[in-house]
Amino acid sequence: MTDAAVATDPATATDPAVRVVGLTKDFPGGTRALEGVTFDVPAGELTSLIGPSGCGKTTTLKIVAGLIPATSGEVIVKGRPVTGPGPERAFVFQDFALLPWATVLRNVAFGLELRGVPKAEREATAREYIGKANLGGFEHHYPHQLSGGMRQRVGLARALAVDADILLMDEPFASVDEQIRRAFQEDLLRLLSEERKTVLFVTHSIEEAVYVSDQIVILTRGPGRVSNAVQPQIARDGTPDEIRRNQGYLDAVEEIWGQLRSYVEEDMRAPEGADR
Amino acid sequence: MTGSGLAAPAAGAARSPGTWGGLSPTARTTLLRAGSIALVLAVWEVGGRIPVALTFPSFTETAAAFGGMLVDGTFLRAYSETIGPLLVGVTLTAIGGVAAGVAMGLSPKAEWLGVPVFVILQAAPSAAIIPLITFIYGIDFTAKVFAVVLLSTPVIVLNSYRGIRNTPISLVEMSQAFLASRWQRIWKVILPAASGLIFAGLRLGLAQGFTGAVLAELLITPTGVGDLITFYRSQAEYDHMYAAILSIILVASVTITLLARLEQRIFRPELRTP
Repeated sequence: MTDAAVATDPATATDPAVRVVGLTKDFPGGTRALEGVTFDVPAGELTSLIGPSGCGKTTTLKIVAGLIPATSGEVIVKGRPVTGPGPERAFVFQDFALLPWATVLRNVAFGLELRGVPKAEREATAREYIGKANLGGFEHHYPHQLSGGMRQRVGLARALAVDADILLMDEPFASVDEQIRRAFQEDLLRLLSEERKTVLFVTHSIEEAVYVSDQIVILTRGPGRVSNAVQPQIARDGTPDEIRRNQGYLDAVEEIWGQLRSYVEEDMRAPEGADR
Repeated sequence: MTGSGLAAPAAGAARSPGTWGGLSPTARTTLLRAGSIALVLAVWEVGGRIPVALTFPSFTETAAAFGGMLVDGTFLRAYSETIGPLLVGVTLTAIGGVAAGVAMGLSPKAEWLGVPVFVILQAAPSAAIIPLITFIYGIDFTAKVFAVVLLSTPVIVLNSYRGIRNTPISLVEMSQAFLASRWQRIWKVILPAASGLIFAGLRLGLAQGFTGAVLAELLITPTGVGDLITFYRSQAEYDHMYAAILSIILVASVTITLLARLEQRIFRPELRTP
C-alpha cells in the first residue's frame, strides 16, 4: 500500500469496495482450494461468485469476511487489507446460523448486542429491519417456529441491522424452496436498492446469479481460479417476468452455462461427487 | 391402554389430533405415563404375591413399609445423614467438573491432558475402588464425599467437554463475523449451545452421585440410606429394604426432573413454547 493510495479518498465512486488480489488458499493436508483469485467488487453493486461445486466460492467469501486466513494474496476492503472480520462487512450464512435459544428480535439485534449497543436502542433498530424483511409479528418467535425462508429473512435482517456497507452472502437461498426463493430475490433487490449496499453473493444457480447481479465472477475448479467476469446488460426497470424474458438476461445465462458446462459433464461422468 | 402406555412415553411425539377422544396432548401424555407406571406396579404386585421368591415382597407390602418409615421418621434420619456427603460431593463436582470439561473443550492443551484421565476414570470399576478410599480418607464424611465425586465426575466432565466441542461451527463463525470478543463468544454462543449436554451430564452425574453415596454407605461405614438397606436385609425385612431402595429411586428422579426444569428456565426458553 503506497502513501499515494492511502491519501486518496477510499470512498470515491470509482474505487471498488472490495479488491481480491492473487488469493491462494491451501488447506491442511496440502489441498489447494484457490490459486491466484483476483477480482473487484464495485461499490454499490451486487457481484456474484459462481462455479462448479468445489471451486472455492465459499472459501473465497470467508476469506473476504476475515473468517479464515488466506495462504497468500490479500483482500482490500475500502483501501485497507483484511486481517479479520470488521464492522463494515456483515455475513449471511447458508444455514442461517441463528441462535436457536433466542427470539427473532434477539437474533436480529445480536450483532448490535455484541457491539454493546444498549438494549432499547438495538431492539428499536432490530424492529425496523424485522419490518423491512416482512417479519413483522414474529418478533417473539423462536427460529424453530419459522419456515426456512423466514429464517433466512432473520439472517438478512441481522446482517442489515449492523449497518455494514458490504454484505457477504453465502448461498443464502440454497436451503429455501423455489417459489420462496423467487419472492426472496425480489425482496433482496428491493432492500438493496433502498439500503445502497455492496454485495458479494455466492450462488450455484446461474439464473439466480444473472437475475440479481451487476457482475458475475466465474470460478473454475481444481484449484479455484477466476475464469471470467460477466456483466449482464439487463434493464432492471421491468417486472420480474419481463426481466427473465429479456434478451440480455437470456444471453448472460447462456454464456455462463457455456463456460460451466464442461465441469458439469465431468461431474456426470465421475462415479461419485468430487467433494460433496 | 396399558400396552400403548409402554410404547409412547415421548411427550409431543403423538401430535395428531382426534385419535384419543378430545384429550389434549398434555393430558394424553400424563395418562400414558400414569398407565405405564401402573403397569409396572401391577406386575410387581403379581410377582410379589405368587411369590417369585421369599425375598421379594409385593408392591403393597413395600408401599406399607414405605409409609411406615416415612411416618416414623426413619427416612428423615437416614436421608439427613446421606444428603450431606451427596450435596457437598455433587456441588464440588458440578462446579469443578463443568469448569474442567469446558476448559477441555476450549483449549487443546487441557483436552490433551484431561480427556484420557476421565475416560479411564469412567471405565474404572468404581465399586472396587471405593473400599480403597478408606486407606487414604478413613471412614468419615470426607471418604463419602470422595466416593460421590469419584462416581459423578467423569460423566459431568466428559459431557461438558462434548457439549463445547459440538457447538455448531456456523454459530461460532457467525459470532466471529459479527465481531464477538472471546468472552462473548463463549458466554453468549458456546455455553448456551452446550447447555443441553452439560445439563444432561449434571443429571447423570447426580444419579451417579446417589449411587456413590449409597455405595459408600454400603461399603465403608453403615450410615444413612445405605445402612437402612444393610440393616433390613440382615433382619430379613425385605419389604422395608425394598422401600428404602424405592425411596432412592424416587428422590433421585425428582431431583433430576427439577434439574431439567432449571436448565430450561435458564438456558433454553424455546423448549418451553410448543
